[in-house]
Amino acid sequence: MEHILSLLVFFPAMAGLLGFLVAKESIRAYGISVSVIEFCLSLILWIGFDSTNAGYQFVEYYAFIPSYGMSYYLGVDGISLFLVVLSTFITMIALIGLSIEKDIKNLIISVLFLEMTMVGVFLILDVIWFYAFWELSLVPMLYIIGAWGGEKRMYAAIKFFLYTFAGSVLMLVGILYMGFLYYEATGIWSFALPDWYLLQVPFRAQLWLFGAFFLGFAIKVPMFPFHTWLPYAHGQAPTIGSVILAAVLLKMGSYGFVRFSLPLFPDATVYFLIPVAIICIIMVIYAAMIAYAQEDMKQVIAYSSISHMGIVILGTFAMNAEGITGSIFLMLSHGIVSGALFMLVGVIYDRRHTKMIRDFGGLAQVMPNFATVYGIMLMASVGLPLTVGFVGEFLSLVGFYRISWILTLLAGTGIILGAVYMLVLYKKSFFGQVVHEENRSLKDLNAKELSALIPLVLLVAILGIYPKPLLSTIDMSVQKMLVLMDQKAIEPATKELIMKANSIGGTH
Amino acid sequence: METISIDVASLNLPALLPMAILTLGALGLICVDLVVKGLNRSFLTMITILFILLDLGAVIGYNGPSRAFFDVLLVDGIALIAQVIILVASAIFLPLSLSHRHFREFEMAEFYALFMFMIVGFQCMVVSDNLILIFIGLETSSLALYTMIAMHNRAKAFEAAIKYFTMGALAAGFYALSALIFYAMTGSVEIYQIEQALQARNFEPLVGILAGTIFMLGALGFKLSLVPSHTWTPDVYEGSSAPLAGYMAVVPKIAGFVVAMRLFEMLVYSGVVWLEHILYAAVVLTMTLANITALVQEDVKRMLAFSSISHAGFMMAAILIGTTQSNTALFLYWTLFMFTNLGAFTMLWIVRHRKNLWDERYQHPYTKFSGLVKLMPATATIMGIFMFALAGMPPFSVFWGKLYLISAAINSEYIYLAVIIALNSAIAVYYYMKLAVYMFLKEPVMADATLYATNASTPLKVIVGVAVMITVFAIVFVEPLLEILTKYVSASGF
Repeated sequence: MEHILSLLVFFPAMAGLLGFLVAKESIRAYGISVSVIEFCLSLILWIGFDSTNAGYQFVEYYAFIPSYGMSYYLGVDGISLFLVVLSTFITMIALIGLSIEKDIKNLIISVLFLEMTMVGVFLILDVIWFYAFWELSLVPMLYIIGAWGGEKRMYAAIKFFLYTFAGSVLMLVGILYMGFLYYEATGIWSFALPDWYLLQVPFRAQLWLFGAFFLGFAIKVPMFPFHTWLPYAHGQAPTIGSVILAAVLLKMGSYGFVRFSLPLFPDATVYFLIPVAIICIIMVIYAAMIAYAQEDMKQVIAYSSISHMGIVILGTFAMNAEGITGSIFLMLSHGIVSGALFMLVGVIYDRRHTKMIRDFGGLAQVMPNFATVYGIMLMASVGLPLTVGFVGEFLSLVGFYRISWILTLLAGTGIILGAVYMLVLYKKSFFGQVVHEENRSLKDLNAKELSALIPLVLLVAILGIYPKPLLSTIDMSVQKMLVLMDQKAIEPATKELIMKANSIGGTH
Repeated sequence: METISIDVASLNLPALLPMAILTLGALGLICVDLVVKGLNRSFLTMITILFILLDLGAVIGYNGPSRAFFDVLLVDGIALIAQVIILVASAIFLPLSLSHRHFREFEMAEFYALFMFMIVGFQCMVVSDNLILIFIGLETSSLALYTMIAMHNRAKAFEAAIKYFTMGALAAGFYALSALIFYAMTGSVEIYQIEQALQARNFEPLVGILAGTIFMLGALGFKLSLVPSHTWTPDVYEGSSAPLAGYMAVVPKIAGFVVAMRLFEMLVYSGVVWLEHILYAAVVLTMTLANITALVQEDVKRMLAFSSISHAGFMMAAILIGTTQSNTALFLYWTLFMFTNLGAFTMLWIVRHRKNLWDERYQHPYTKFSGLVKLMPATATIMGIFMFALAGMPPFSVFWGKLYLISAAINSEYIYLAVIIALNSAIAVYYYMKLAVYMFLKEPVMADATLYATNASTPLKVIVGVAVMITVFAIVFVEPLLEILTKYVSASGF
């Protein structure tokens, strides 16, 4: 168990390199085996994880460029543990459900490299390395969207790449400035996150740094008004690309908020709390309204992602344990649910080669299993109690209620609007009579698709009914982070808000 | 008249040894060529590399006082680093002559002799702080380079050489004027004495200093291809053979940077705000305009030309900042950039085809690389790595240079400069990625892989292999490089 984190990060990359030597006929089996092994490794990590220890576990540290404070520093805590498990799980499921035949070898190798960068982002504690993994994750995704995507794939891929890259170079300036501040305060260079946590940043500097990091993360999430790349990327990406993008890559941004923005700049976080919350509300309502107007099934789910990510960020900025724990749980549940929904769209697209809602209708009669799974995922997406979607959404909103009840009320309408567009989508596609003749002969889910989807359905139910094992582990690390934020805060107003946000009654 | 009596030991002749080796080598090569006809290019290449290696040995092995030869030579830390970079880049460049197809210039011994003279010129530029010796070095190297470009023997090559020559003559005039002005004001042509004299008179008259600086910026700006004296760059690169273009993007510039470092850092630290502003404007314009122009290029070689201008802009930013860290960043950046850039141009050299099959106007239009991954996966992947490295993607080579440079800017409170550098990197991604998009995402135009391999040979592949290894595993070299560079840069007081 000594080097399990390094193994987790670099196993997929090694496997990807060796994958060049595997013959084309067996590459699918190879990809699935590798992802299963990787998933098992992440499960071993979970089993070995001490859920009474709130700090970083399985830490690996090697000085790397000591004269400039860079190190190879890995560690896992309650916040990142489940995101790692989610990444390996979704990659495995996506590879199992893969239906692409063209250039499959290149595709699977790209996915394996992508997996390395995803796991790396969540596990690395050195900020320069974090940036490296963050940027590297763009390249395989660029290739996946651009090579296997739909008609306007080139445009979508380039837009995705440029948006994210532009945001993150400014984050790099922020990172280097933060390193400089650390050097000024302590006299030594360090880019290790746990070291940075101990530094009290002056208020003015916090505002600027918060802005620099915010741009990088907000574009990735994506937050309004930087969200325009997402519908294109989803619309054009192949199923596996959409699944990984929605389930994991978006979470990098929201993870960044929890890991960097909050604990490093508590005062700036509180200072910008209301503006950010308003952006979140806009995301929730505006994206839900656009989703309702879409005619393309995939676009509906893409916009619903933006809407849900709004609640995730809102929960993060609740500044209390319920909100932040809830938002991390919502990241996981959104990963499971949106991944599943994109797979389901992929299933029907493989059969009908269209994603337009008007081309369907009455699918429940010809594809009952498909309709059932779709229905369950839909309910989870809407946030029906006892499904996985409810837990995170509820906790996030409860958390933010202590900050502002009116904003929470507005965000809560997102659930209602979500129900509206999702149920309309379901009604138009699945209920009623079969109006198109070609839909009559559609085959129901086959064994491959079922084996990819059933685990997701089980997770939706199990975690919806009994989320406690996850929540308690996450909560522990979040509590620790909140204590740290409270200690670090410079402005009395920040301390007061954190105190109030964490007591019954909140700021009201 | 009193008799001049000088002790030979005080001349410190060993300091001249590196330049002497290559000069003798070049003269010897000409003599041998007179006697023996039809020397094979492999012989010429290898013998030149051997001379360069001897030179490198002499440079590294030099162990004497830093002043030599009537105080004209100044062998300090940055001179040493710059010479090592120049010589290593030259040694890597030369085997590119051993391409599969034969080119006339590489068959002639004169090319190799000129090449060695050119290196001597660069060395003279970096090991001196005497404006006259720098001038001699500048002219020696430039004249040799003009001729070598013309030897490529294409209509475009002649055009390029003439263009380079006329513009270069203008720049030389600027240089002479600037040196004249400084001499008139201070009575010296040694940079350190100029500095003392200017300080003694408190940097007055300002008009004189400004004129001197402007002319010097024009002259060095031409060599370093700073905006607005950058217009020759894309045409000259396009006209020259790909390896020579790659060489021009790296080596003459490092020599120019050292001269700029010696001169401008003295001026920036003078406290005359104007000088800093002029340099600041030149830096920002160079980075940004070159980047924006690169966006609309249709030819990969021209795109690389504009991008190299933009990289030169980053380097001038380091000189503007002027701290030990930023000067170290300059050398770190340029060392890493050297391998990646040379690698990228070598790739163009490999895929060179006799005829312009893809476009009437350009040798290497983007469409030429359409769907290359389907025809030659390894070639496309390597080219893609070079492109992402040049764009500053972590963890490839140039990223570490850029990281250190931005950090140097931030540490000296040049926050806006840091942001401008970052934004320019974001713009640059677009045109580098464009090539990657063509190679990986588009369908091939001509489905014949042999068209892309007519010029490939083992030496070329080995060079690309070395470049790609260094580009990918740059991470490993950063720490030791930083240590050495910081030591030498700070030892020479920059």
